[in-house]
Amino acid sequence: MTEVTRRATVAGLGATLGAVAFAKAMEPLRHFTEDLSLDQFLQRHYRELSPEDLERVLRRIEEDTLRERGAHVSVADDRPIPGVQFGYALNLSVCNGCRKCAEACHHENNHDRSTNQSYIRVFEMEQGSLDFEHAATHYDHAVPAPGKYYMPVQCLQCDDAPCVAVCPVEATWKEEDGIVVIDYDWCIGCRYCEAACPYHARRFNWSEPEIEAEEINPDQGYLSNRVRPKGVVEKCHFCLHRTRRGRLPACAEACPTGARVFGNLLDPDSPIRWVLDNKRVFVLKEELGTRPRFFYFFD
Amino acid sequence: MAVDSPELKTLPAEDSHLVTYPRFLWECFKISFDGSPLFYAWMTGLTAIALVGVNAWANQMAEGMVLTNMTDHVSWGLYIANFTFGVGLAAGAVMMVIPAYLYDDRDMHEVVIVGELLAIAAIFVCLAFVIVDMGRPDRLWHMIPGLGRFHWPMSMLTWDVIVLNGYLLINLHITGYMIYSRFVGKPLNRKWYIPFVFVSVVWAISIHTVTAFLYTGLGSRPFWNDAIIAPRFIASAFVTGPAFLIVALHAIRELMRLAIPDGAIDTLTSILRVTVWINLFLLASEVFTQFYTGGTHAASAHYLYLGLDGKSGLVPWIWTAIALNLCAAVLLVLPATRAVRGWVVAACVFTFVGVWIEKGMGMVVPGFVPSTMHELVEYTPSLTEWKLTAGIWAMGIGIFTVSVKIAGHVLTGRSGLGSRRIS
Repeated sequence: MTEVTRRATVAGLGATLGAVAFAKAMEPLRHFTEDLSLDQFLQRHYRELSPEDLERVLRRIEEDTLRERGAHVSVADDRPIPGVQFGYALNLSVCNGCRKCAEACHHENNHDRSTNQSYIRVFEMEQGSLDFEHAATHYDHAVPAPGKYYMPVQCLQCDDAPCVAVCPVEATWKEEDGIVVIDYDWCIGCRYCEAACPYHARRFNWSEPEIEAEEINPDQGYLSNRVRPKGVVEKCHFCLHRTRRGRLPACAEACPTGARVFGNLLDPDSPIRWVLDNKRVFVLKEELGTRPRFFYFFD
Repeated sequence: MAVDSPELKTLPAEDSHLVTYPRFLWECFKISFDGSPLFYAWMTGLTAIALVGVNAWANQMAEGMVLTNMTDHVSWGLYIANFTFGVGLAAGAVMMVIPAYLYDDRDMHEVVIVGELLAIAAIFVCLAFVIVDMGRPDRLWHMIPGLGRFHWPMSMLTWDVIVLNGYLLINLHITGYMIYSRFVGKPLNRKWYIPFVFVSVVWAISIHTVTAFLYTGLGSRPFWNDAIIAPRFIASAFVTGPAFLIVALHAIRELMRLAIPDGAIDTLTSILRVTVWINLFLLASEVFTQFYTGGTHAASAHYLYLGLDGKSGLVPWIWTAIALNLCAAVLLVLPATRAVRGWVVAACVFTFVGVWIEKGMGMVVPGFVPSTMHELVEYTPSLTEWKLTAGIWAMGIGIFTVSVKIAGHVLTGRSGLGSRRIS
């Protein structure tokens, strides 16, 4: 063999080996692309979907849930009700830290079972301090414990939400009734919102959520509790698939102490208005200027 | 590697670009795959490491980001740390462009293209780190203006997309134009590259400033919500850029047998001698402010430097970084070491690694520890994250090697349509 052909042969062999190694290295990616249909890939942003497109998307999600998870569900698209502005207040004097709210959220919102995920975390606070530095979420004893009080924290649905501002693709926004939502089919999973949120209210789907078919709550919303895809961010949405139909959020319904007061801020006769008018309420980290819609008060 | 030699001006332009450009690309391709046994070994090694990274990424896509050790508490980790460092490296390359074009340093002008090629390779590295950090890279198109929804100007991330891609295009244009012109044997037309060179100087500062603003704009995280981050980023960029380039120029001279003027290396060393100290000064300002004030806002700094509530995962990292940067700073000023090539190269390696820690893990992770609700969850990168990180850097070094090789071949007249006439 001449020098030139020998070199060419070696180079050709090298290139072939390289290509094979590359194909082999990329092989696991097949599992990802198998799950992704062209329709899903090309789906437009929620707010750009025509009524017909949206209808198709909702039905497709239902079919996918049946095929992939074996559960019959209905996915609705509940829109904000004109004249309604949602607000939430929580009475810290009566909350006893039982975490029924977090549990109700877990079931209502089809959270990942393996991580016991919930949009609500309850902080056991030290009497005499509002500083979370002295708080704990992983307490494991009878409640209420002496010298402690309890502060459940979930998304505060800020009017000036840092998470909405930082999103590079407008996958999260504030709806007309004040609820900050995410289009799970539009989120790119950069987690900038998670870094920006001052309240640790956002969660990322580090893997495909695990949940048994019979445990799936079939009453679902596109922007709320449908089972989220892997690789996207999620958060509390004030159970909009319930509250926009006149029901209470699951956490408020589950609370055994009556600490949670939810309602329409524009309705002068609502309990939430009574609390705001008659109690000395405060919001978390007011100095950050996020203007939360979630208020706390002591009786 | 002289670029605008006067004798080129006599060469006629014959063929159309439609003919010569494909020939140019083909020549680049050939140069990329031809070389000494050392070159083959080097590129094979880099490719192997890159493939380990590719495989780790494919697995991460299939299984989810759960293969990383990131959590909802520490939601950015090694990837974004490397991204941040890489932007600095790309910006730092401008430390060759400024002397060459603003101060008319002839020696630097000879080799300035190495800096521009480093900028390109570093930006590729940055973009790769961003993509592997995304939960849904299949939705990248959601960011394309017109097609998707580009949340500009509100989201700083959209600014970063603009400046990084802009910087990439500017440097691709400048280097591409120079190498191609030389390949076809045409004289350089100053108006086709000088304006871009000046834009690239400002643009280099902008990429790292915007990257700093990604962090400093977040009021929820006091460790980042600090005006000194952007100046610190720029200062440390001007450490890593020259440090990398000094070592690279030595390597190019020794291994590729290309003429590298001492003047260029000396200028870069002079720059580095100052910037390592500025970087340490800014670090000291930061540390004083944090610790003297104290309180909850200093909790992240406490965690980083001393440990907090018995958790001290980053303490060895940051003190290693400070020790490395201090060693480098001293080596670069001591009369006994500052002019000795071996010591200077050692100082470059020390400070490069030092800044990599300080600006990467030392800047990104403490922003999350403690979390916004003061929970202390620690983070150590997973094997997947290390594999991907090694793979991406191997890819970047491969791009840099090949591009320098092409530039060396063409600019010295070893390849090209007009080459015979020059020699």
